[in-house]
Amino acid sequence: MTPSRLAFAVLLGKDLRTELRTLQSLPAMALFAVTTFVIFRFGLDRTSLSGSLAAGVLWATLLFAAILGINRLFVAEREEGGFDAIRLAPIDRTAVFAAKATALLVYLLALELAVVPVFAIFFLDSAAALPPLLLVLLLANVGLAATGTLISSMAVNSRARDLLTPLVLLPLAVPLSIAATGAIEPLLALGGPGYDRFGTWLAVLGLYDLIFLLVGYAVFDFLLED
Amino acid sequence: MSAGEAAIELRGLRRDYGERAALAGVDLSLRRGETLLVVGPNGAGKTTLLRVLATLLRPSSGAARVLGAALPGEAWKVRGRIGLLGHDALLYRDLSGRENLRFHARLHGIGREAAETRIAELLAAAGMTRRADDRVAELSAGMRQRLAICRCVLHEPELLLLDEPDSNLDSEGRELAQGLIGPAPERTRVLVSHDPERFRAECDQVLRLGVGEPAEAVVA
Repeated sequence: MTPSRLAFAVLLGKDLRTELRTLQSLPAMALFAVTTFVIFRFGLDRTSLSGSLAAGVLWATLLFAAILGINRLFVAEREEGGFDAIRLAPIDRTAVFAAKATALLVYLLALELAVVPVFAIFFLDSAAALPPLLLVLLLANVGLAATGTLISSMAVNSRARDLLTPLVLLPLAVPLSIAATGAIEPLLALGGPGYDRFGTWLAVLGLYDLIFLLVGYAVFDFLLED
Repeated sequence: MSAGEAAIELRGLRRDYGERAALAGVDLSLRRGETLLVVGPNGAGKTTLLRVLATLLRPSSGAARVLGAALPGEAWKVRGRIGLLGHDALLYRDLSGRENLRFHARLHGIGREAAETRIAELLAAAGMTRRADDRVAELSAGMRQRLAICRCVLHEPELLLLDEPDSNLDSEGRELAQGLIGPAPERTRVLVSHDPERFRAECDQVLRLGVGEPAEAVVA
């Protein structure tokens, strides 16, 4: 059996190298997010957002942009028979889940590093909320990467995968969305960042992450089987 | 596992897709080092049989032992000891041939230096050294097949499952492939071909599959 850490590094390295070379996911995700911010800016006719509205605009945009990347997460495996190659290798399937979820996490972090400053320029009066905001997004990303990897691996063999991913993922992401926007809302409050129930929402995000990482660990082996 | 011991043993192996039986009762015993040729019309279940032997499909009923491991329960014991050459090359189009082989070598636990040596040997044996650093998407179907053969034997598998190994290969490619996937004393092979005469001389048994009929294995 190939050591899991080696298999993880090999699989993750392959995904990141392929994305760097082809730029098939990240640019599309970033372009979608920036375009959505522009639409919100003119649709709401506001140059400044705060509180729950700001949290909702930011989170909804990031979530929908993430779906573009989640949809493509296993496309190379489906189109090129890579699933069979991975299934034939003497590796722990959990390494595949971990590598794919980590690749998605890297895409989400890169997306946020690129588009959250754009959101701040468009809608925020100060950048004071950005450091704690990144902590919230990091925790939310872990949960989204875990659920996204699970759903993408199930949807990839379906002809309706483009529909299936959002239809299954969005209901599963409701608790994550409630916790993420709950934590972001006080950070983007009018008059500067507040920390009302911030710790509680972070704990909920952490719990969500833990649950879906454990679910992924437990079931991914079966998802790759015939 | 010693020579002479059964590398593959199938008893009443059946695989259904819904209501349809893709394999309707296959009995077979193939010893280590032997070659089995599987023949039959389209839809007879030849590829399904290879995928069951490769542990990629579960049998619906019957018993299957591959390299001493009972499938599907002990499939993990034989993964890494099987080389599959199927319809898909199992190569990533956006990576080069060399990168693909490195990827597969590392997944099979081959050390970095040993992998580089082995990859260089295989690329030379397949006549692919010159194009090894081109993206797979830029290669012809024949070149992809040569790379797929390199991938299939990279980890020196004990059992080779070869589905139409000659497809897309020119005469030079066929000759080079023979050195990599041809008969060898420690290499058990299952070959699927629509051109049985091409492989008749190198096979020990022939398994005839018919659509919806029980399989018939005969000594060649």
